[in-house]
Amino acid sequence: MRLSLKVEPRIETPRFLGFMIPVASLVSALLVGAVFLHFMGVSPVRAYSTIIRASLGDSYGISETIVKAIPLTMVAIAVMLAFTMLIWNIGCEGQIFMGAIASAAVVRYFSVDSRPLMFIMLFAASATAGGVWAAIAGFFRAKWNVNEIITTLMLNYVAINFFNYFIYGPWRDPTSLGFPMTPLFPSTARLTCYCGTRVHAGLILALLLPLISWVVLRFTRWGYEIRVIGENPKAAGFAGMNYVKNVVLVMFISGAIAGVAGMCELSGLQGRLQAGFSGGYGYTAIIVAWLARLHPIAIILVSFLLGVLLVGGETLQIVMRLPLSSMLVLQGLILFFVLGGEFFRKFRIRVVWPEKQSPVKEGE
Amino acid sequence: MGAPDPSRLLVRMEKITKRFAGVTANLEVDFNVRAGEVHALLGENGAGKSTLMSVLYGLYRADSGSLSIDGKEVAFSSPRDAIAAGIGMVHQHFMLIRSQTVWENMILGLEGLPSILPKRVIRDRINELSQRYGLLVDPDASVWQLSIGEQQRVAILQMLYRSANILILDEPTAVLTPQEAEHLFETVRQMTSEGHGVVFISHKMDEVMGLSDRVTILRKGRHAGTVDTSSTTKEKLAEMMVGQKVIFQIEKKAASPGRSVIECRDVHALNDRGFPALSGVTLSVREGEIVGVAGVAGNGQLSLCEAIVGLRRAESGRILINGNDMTNTSPKVVIDSGIHYIPADRKGTGLVPNMNVSENSILKRYWNRPVSKRGFIVWREVFQFARELVSRYNVSTPSIGTPVRNLSGGNLQKLMLGRELSDSPKAIIAAHPTWGLDVAATKFVREQLLAARDSGGAVLLVSEDLDELLAMSDRMVVMFKGRIMGELDDPAETPLEKIGLMMAGDRSGEPLEAAIEEGETA
Repeated sequence: MRLSLKVEPRIETPRFLGFMIPVASLVSALLVGAVFLHFMGVSPVRAYSTIIRASLGDSYGISETIVKAIPLTMVAIAVMLAFTMLIWNIGCEGQIFMGAIASAAVVRYFSVDSRPLMFIMLFAASATAGGVWAAIAGFFRAKWNVNEIITTLMLNYVAINFFNYFIYGPWRDPTSLGFPMTPLFPSTARLTCYCGTRVHAGLILALLLPLISWVVLRFTRWGYEIRVIGENPKAAGFAGMNYVKNVVLVMFISGAIAGVAGMCELSGLQGRLQAGFSGGYGYTAIIVAWLARLHPIAIILVSFLLGVLLVGGETLQIVMRLPLSSMLVLQGLILFFVLGGEFFRKFRIRVVWPEKQSPVKEGE
Repeated sequence: MGAPDPSRLLVRMEKITKRFAGVTANLEVDFNVRAGEVHALLGENGAGKSTLMSVLYGLYRADSGSLSIDGKEVAFSSPRDAIAAGIGMVHQHFMLIRSQTVWENMILGLEGLPSILPKRVIRDRINELSQRYGLLVDPDASVWQLSIGEQQRVAILQMLYRSANILILDEPTAVLTPQEAEHLFETVRQMTSEGHGVVFISHKMDEVMGLSDRVTILRKGRHAGTVDTSSTTKEKLAEMMVGQKVIFQIEKKAASPGRSVIECRDVHALNDRGFPALSGVTLSVREGEIVGVAGVAGNGQLSLCEAIVGLRRAESGRILINGNDMTNTSPKVVIDSGIHYIPADRKGTGLVPNMNVSENSILKRYWNRPVSKRGFIVWREVFQFARELVSRYNVSTPSIGTPVRNLSGGNLQKLMLGRELSDSPKAIIAAHPTWGLDVAATKFVREQLLAARDSGGAVLLVSEDLDELLAMSDRMVVMFKGRIMGELDDPAETPLEKIGLMMAGDRSGEPLEAAIEEGETA
């Protein structure tokens, strides 16, 4: 007697699986992560409990988790908008940097005393910079079918090197003793922080953006257009929708959101351009958007979850002396399992008993 | 290959039942194929033909019932198992790799090949098979270079190369000229004379009558009967299919054409690969008339439709709509001027498969009141509109929230037709509107097009079904290689041979002197 496994396509995906698969993927990733941690010489149970305690154990931990979740949510919304249209914006990291550079330029050259005016300028500059950065790739994609995965990714490196040029070169703070950083922003260019924590006003944007994008996608004409374009570009053309215009526009908005996220990170948190500015939010946000299955509201929850992992990871570094890259391994595992989980959405696996030849009845 | 033994059952399917989420696609269906016979499978859309064949080909597993191949009971769980058992299927859309050559396609998916491919051996085998079955094709040609008819030959060869003993042909003549179809029938006869069994799925009664030995009719998932072809008639078969008498003739009033709505003047356009698709087409469609476009697939008919609706650039020439120059404007402008388009490729172009019925119903009106106000979609109005459309055009769907990918071909077409016709358009461009539809749905679509004509619409009808064109058109043009070979003012009275010759590239309908000259100089 020998049993074998057969893979069959699903005709329909049961509802509960839509929810179960991401959860199961996450759990599996953490299990494999446990094996990995074990071989790193730390107890997985202790490591995971440290993560939870550090990020959710007290009000400081929670506030730090929120601080991480803010840029993640915003950038994941940016990623989601482009993904909805089947445009793969891998370049949010670069767009974050461009937003930050533009903000720093505003502070350096156009600093005014009025705080509202300052923020209108910061907002406009960072959105424009990030937006244009993404729209470049969008334009090439829409017009000449240049693969946007490559161009957005390449533009990341360009943006990061721009950034480095400014902090090592012309914008370096002469009083920084040679550290690559710009002078600290004046208080007019700093976002309000709440309750004595590092949670800044970017939180409002991080909560509003998912809501707005949900309304836009579900209830507006333009949202309908970009969903149709994402699902079937040919049908979109047939219905008279302008593909080029919409791709460029969506990429601009996507990049603009990432740029503003960069500005918030800068004005809310760090207060100056310095080396290691973004903790890879542009890439982590891709995981967030995907885990949330591109649902704007789910993105908030998933960002918080990933925030837990990031805060916990920093603590692990200190408490258990694990390298930061071990956290990246964990993140990578999660994305890996989430993508792998897609398989079970489309196929099912059946156990075949060879001696039983008659068709086996199954629940659909 | 000895003489066929008709008592040998190559396929025996007994009491096959298959359900999908509450819908019974097949209920206790019996079907068998003898060695050396052509067994036609007839039925309306949604009657369960494809499901039954998918069970036979291992794409689906039956919920109950048994399947034997050559006397041995089997349970396929994938097409791989079915292929190993000698079953080959030629789909409507050929599963070929367009960028590869014929011989490379031939060994696609074959196991146990040596790592250095014995190209000569493969080529010899192809040549031998193509000689024997009259499936002439160049083994070294790339698939994309071949005509649809030749691609079909490659698809059949592919199955024979795998030593398929049982061949399922899914509406094989839908894409062929009458001449090519006749050629295919000879191949089929050669195969059956060698003892192969052929399952022939078709909607065309004449072909079923002409080619098959037996016919099995499915109706609403059930077995409605199996009869010997020699002891039945077209009318009887049609009756078994639909359970009622079908009228083959179309009731049609005389046309009263008005002013010209669509006018093409010497239009040139390129296809997707940059080769000429239209080479100087001049054509006009007036209010209240149906202009039929005949021609073998791929002679520019679809490019013409696309050029008119703004989906394909006109390289030169002019396209006028209601007297206004609309050359290379945008699809949106064309839609707004009242031109509606029913594309041949329903799921690919006309609809968004993953979106639901109501979302699809507004594809061409989402910018208009009342479904949209101040940039917002008013879903309440959309649902209302979708419900109206569904009931007026008899779209059978579980709900307006069902993704349209779950609807059958006929219902997709009704939904699309309803969407395009619901606000009495000035002009309708319909490409293969009845392609793959069952008798009842076909009748419905034709009636709707005639109704649109009678209320003053200009209709441009592209079809490969000559009977349909002859019955529907008030005028007819024949296209060949991107040119119009001639215009027929009284299509119904024109002898078929003349049209056939024009489809083959002859302007006057006289013997093919021009074509022969062309061939000699080439």
